[in-house]
Amino acid sequence: MSTPPHRVVFLNLAQIQLPVGALTSILHRVSGVLLAVAIPFVAWALARSLDGAGGFADVAATLRHPAIKIATIVWTWALAHHALAGVRHLLSDIDVGSRLYYARKTAYAVNVAAVVIALAAAVALG
Amino acid sequence: MRLVLTGLRAWLVQRATAVYLLGFIGYFIAHFLLAPPTDDVAWRAYVAQGYVRLLIAAAFVALLLHAWIGLRDVMLDYVKPLAVRVVALPLVAGALIAIGLWMLVTLASLR
Repeated sequence: MSTPPHRVVFLNLAQIQLPVGALTSILHRVSGVLLAVAIPFVAWALARSLDGAGGFADVAATLRHPAIKIATIVWTWALAHHALAGVRHLLSDIDVGSRLYYARKTAYAVNVAAVVIALAAAVALG
Repeated sequence: MRLVLTGLRAWLVQRATAVYLLGFIGYFIAHFLLAPPTDDVAWRAYVAQGYVRLLIAAAFVALLLHAWIGLRDVMLDYVKPLAVRVVALPLVAGALIAIGLWMLVTLASLR
């Protein structure tokens, strides 16, 4: 396949805009990768927390560490966004909310709700 | 049985695991908010129950399958050189399988 010789290329970053659905889509991907990166940590936390009183205290202390708290807030955002965008996807599969008007509304709602949930987690973790 | 997760099979597995994980994570968060484990003994006793062990084991299997399909899609989209793919894909697959075995052994050998 060859590139057409006079293909229009418009990449003015100040002017092109990502539609809200595309933003939700790429964030679904970003949050998924973030959650995958968290898997080894979750596995460690489960195994260690079941390894006697010392292990349990170890995990509790790790979760109280400021850097881990920040990571937890980021992961909360990732989980909230990924789960909500996922539900939106599943509903779209059975043709619920797949018309553009509703798809835009729910894409916007997912993006906002995920941030609100992350903020709530930030407040809760204080 | 064909074990390769591509095409319609991958699509279906991704959705089935998503639904299970939604239910499991919902249950787990609700449990933690309503009855947070007070100490290591209570936590162990909770996890050691047959049905909890089974739910967690199934959640890890679902999570690792879901992560594999997602990560593979992402890697095939952005990692183009064949030499890097040949290393990266088995590396990620191996890590996920190792974590899965680790969790199954951990849960099976509890007490």
